[in-house]
Amino acid sequence: MSAVATPKVNRLGLPILDYRGGTTTLCAGCGHNSISQRIVECFWEMGVDQTQVIKMSGIGCSSKSPAYFLGASHGFNSVHGRMPSVTTGALLANRTLTALGVTGDGDTASIGIGQYVHVLRRNLPMIYIIEDNGCYGLTKGQFSATADLGSRLKTGVVNELPPIDTCSLAVQLGATYVARSFSGDKKQLQAILLGAMAHSGTAVIDVISPCVTFNDHQGSTKSYEYVREKQENLQSVGFVPFFDEIQLEEEQVPGEVREVTMHDGSKLLLKRVEQDYDPADRVKAIELIERSGEEGHLLTGVFYVNTERPTFIDMLNLDEQPLGTLPADRVRPPKSALDEVMEELT
Amino acid sequence: MATIQAAADGSSTPPAREPVVNDFSIQVATVNGSGSQSANLILLRTLFQMGIPVSGKNLFPSNIAGLPTWYTIRTNKRGFIGRKKEIDILVAMNAETAKDDALALQPGSVVVYDEPLQLNELRSDVTFYAVPFEELVKPVCPNPKLRKLVRNIIYDGVLAYLLDIEMAEVKIALYRQFETKIKAAEMNWSAVEAGYNWASENLQKHDPFRVERMNENAGKIIIEGNAAAALGAVFNGATVVTWYPITPSSSLPEHLTEYARRFRIDKETGKATFAIVQAEDELASIGMALGAGWAGARAMTATSGPGISLMGEFTGLGYFAEIPVVIFDVQRMGPSTGLPTRTCQGDLLTCATLSHGDTKHPMLIPATPEECFEMTGDAFNLAEELQTPVFVMLDLDLGMNYWTAEKFNYPTAPMNRGKVLSKEDLDRLGGFGRYEDVDGDGIPYRTLPGTRHPKAAYFTRGTGHTTKATYSEKESDWTANMERLERKFDTERTMVPLPRVKLTEGAEIGIISCGTSVYAVEESQDQLERESGLKTSHLRIRSFPFPTAVREFVDQHKRVYVIDQNRDRQLMQLIRMESPGISPEKLLSVRYFGGMPLDARTVTDSIVEQEGI
Repeated sequence: MSAVATPKVNRLGLPILDYRGGTTTLCAGCGHNSISQRIVECFWEMGVDQTQVIKMSGIGCSSKSPAYFLGASHGFNSVHGRMPSVTTGALLANRTLTALGVTGDGDTASIGIGQYVHVLRRNLPMIYIIEDNGCYGLTKGQFSATADLGSRLKTGVVNELPPIDTCSLAVQLGATYVARSFSGDKKQLQAILLGAMAHSGTAVIDVISPCVTFNDHQGSTKSYEYVREKQENLQSVGFVPFFDEIQLEEEQVPGEVREVTMHDGSKLLLKRVEQDYDPADRVKAIELIERSGEEGHLLTGVFYVNTERPTFIDMLNLDEQPLGTLPADRVRPPKSALDEVMEELT
Repeated sequence: MATIQAAADGSSTPPAREPVVNDFSIQVATVNGSGSQSANLILLRTLFQMGIPVSGKNLFPSNIAGLPTWYTIRTNKRGFIGRKKEIDILVAMNAETAKDDALALQPGSVVVYDEPLQLNELRSDVTFYAVPFEELVKPVCPNPKLRKLVRNIIYDGVLAYLLDIEMAEVKIALYRQFETKIKAAEMNWSAVEAGYNWASENLQKHDPFRVERMNENAGKIIIEGNAAAALGAVFNGATVVTWYPITPSSSLPEHLTEYARRFRIDKETGKATFAIVQAEDELASIGMALGAGWAGARAMTATSGPGISLMGEFTGLGYFAEIPVVIFDVQRMGPSTGLPTRTCQGDLLTCATLSHGDTKHPMLIPATPEECFEMTGDAFNLAEELQTPVFVMLDLDLGMNYWTAEKFNYPTAPMNRGKVLSKEDLDRLGGFGRYEDVDGDGIPYRTLPGTRHPKAAYFTRGTGHTTKATYSEKESDWTANMERLERKFDTERTMVPLPRVKLTEGAEIGIISCGTSVYAVEESQDQLERESGLKTSHLRIRSFPFPTAVREFVDQHKRVYVIDQNRDRQLMQLIRMESPGISPEKLLSVRYFGGMPLDARTVTDSIVEQEGI
């Protein structure tokens, strides 16, 4: 897919400014802001009618972000870990809406794992973005279930539990578009997001998004030597360092492993999937994700695509019109129907 | 004491009594999963067909097969069909409970029992009829595997003989019960006949109980409250129904599924005008229902106590973000898993204030199948008009038992969708503030996602917000919003269904109840007047917040007894919460929390004792 060009207006005649939301209150340099910006660009580029989009989220830093993009779309910042059920309900009420869910790793892999698992099973037609920083930013940096084994908090607490791979889970349980990207990889994230927008079914995008304030992980994919030197600074309460958003300088070659230095000095090893990789094979997708994890690489790209599996809305054989606004005479059966039942019960 | 002769056939003979016609209770004690449910429903339906006021209550275990279960049927010519505490006729089919069941009876009762149980040796002040069920079932059911299921229905035949129940009506009820399963119907009918014939040839009637045809059920139906509520949803435009299986609410969405498939599939397109989703848990079912309500659906979920606890957080979001949704709570005995198959009114306080922080929710409290049907329509209208979660509070007794009811009236009132702004409205207004109190009633305007107008969108959140729905932690924004929600609650008070008041001339004592307590209360009022000369008035609450009529009723009476089917006097607490000015000694409590449907005698005894009569 080609990179986003910069015409002044899109096919709806709207400038990109119209696709922005409120001013972000996330930390400066937060990877989530890069993701918000990619959403703005992609929805603008595709000329999406914002009034037909719903922005759904749970609770956490990531879940605040829908207030910062697509200002003309209805948004719903729900409760922790339960964005999937609210989105399911909204789509049942109005199947014509485009649903964009934004959650975090805590929201998805910890408190919300139950709803995550079931939305995957249902293949609900939605884009499901996980802004994955491996920690709970809003409550000051506790481990999430995607934190790497052996990574260490500033307080010295070591994570001794293996991470949940949200992509591997997504492929296993029925999502039909599964990808991983990095918030700083502008081109790749745009391409993956555009792909997700074109997809019908659950499109999971796990976006590694560094937490500039609390993420100082050490582990197989991240180093923290630099953090150690700067520990004093980072520990001072209320101190939020300012950094530029991390961007890759040049496009990555498929198969190439690239080391990315994070804000806090930790290292991220990115590897893109091979050019000839076939994302139609479910078993191979899981194998690929698991193997890259074992090799200590953070593999990015689209792992799995299935355009055949029916969505949850298809399975329910719903009326083509939004159920919520069907006229009364279509949702109240005639008197003869009630008479029929009453007669049976006498 | 009269001498009682124990006959050689196991029957015994207490002294003769005046006939008791159409006024007794039958309790059938069987083993769960033994086919007794069919036999019991046939008996219930037969008495219904004979025009006699009747009710049936299934006192079942939390188990699929093997544990003891009881079914009680009550007939009462005056129409008192609440549970009767005393059992007049026991049908003892379960070896495990037979002795205890027989020993618990009042003198003068009747026991029909399975002969090998030899219950006649237990006591001499009740009438025993021994029936050789095993012998009787063999010729009608050659297949030994089926015998266990067919055996029970024999007691329908025995009772028909003993109580003068019309066999022609039994046959009609039986064939109706088995519907298209003709072979099963034929075999079961042979078993009923075998029981009747054997009884007529071998039993000599010594007891006073019998039935006589009446004409009290003309045009009436038999239905469970859950099915009535399900019909209410189908006929009042419910479009998104989410649920998670839990006793005693499961049959509500199951009936709903059945009726929706019949009546809510578009004939031309073959497409459903509803979505019913069995969710992964109650957290998801309420989440889906809220999401659907937010996006414009008439959305509902159904659950019971443990599910209500799980729905707490989302309900608070619904209250604060102002999203319509209807929540059915078919109450069962708590706390915790409690007694999953026993009834109570133990969720009143919980639902009224469900979730953390300051939250208050409207509740509708039906007492009859007719009200289950009508109040479901009311609940959808109120939820959308008020933009808030509305609870419909059934209980296990109402939801899962069969009741006689008048045929439901077809709903003619329009479905009120509340203050929803369209694109045209927005063109005219140029925008809107989602949480602005434009009309002074506390109810703001909303837009639905998908409204094609650049000013339609707003951001829904459970965090502090301004009237424009933007994030705010400002004290003044917060308190103004909470005060508006309080105003909205006062508006709710004027919109919910009014209580039913029956004033008795000269009565100084008032009784306040809600839901299924009505059956015990009305009979108790009769007992109090006949036995103690105590006149009482009755107000049945049908909704929360309480309309002003509740306070007026309290003021009109010297003392008021509040009937609670829970330990903590929850209805009384809600009355105190709503009317803090009532003097503490004026409200007295009658409470019962044993898990059975409330009976009149319990109410009468408690009031008599507290009145010092």
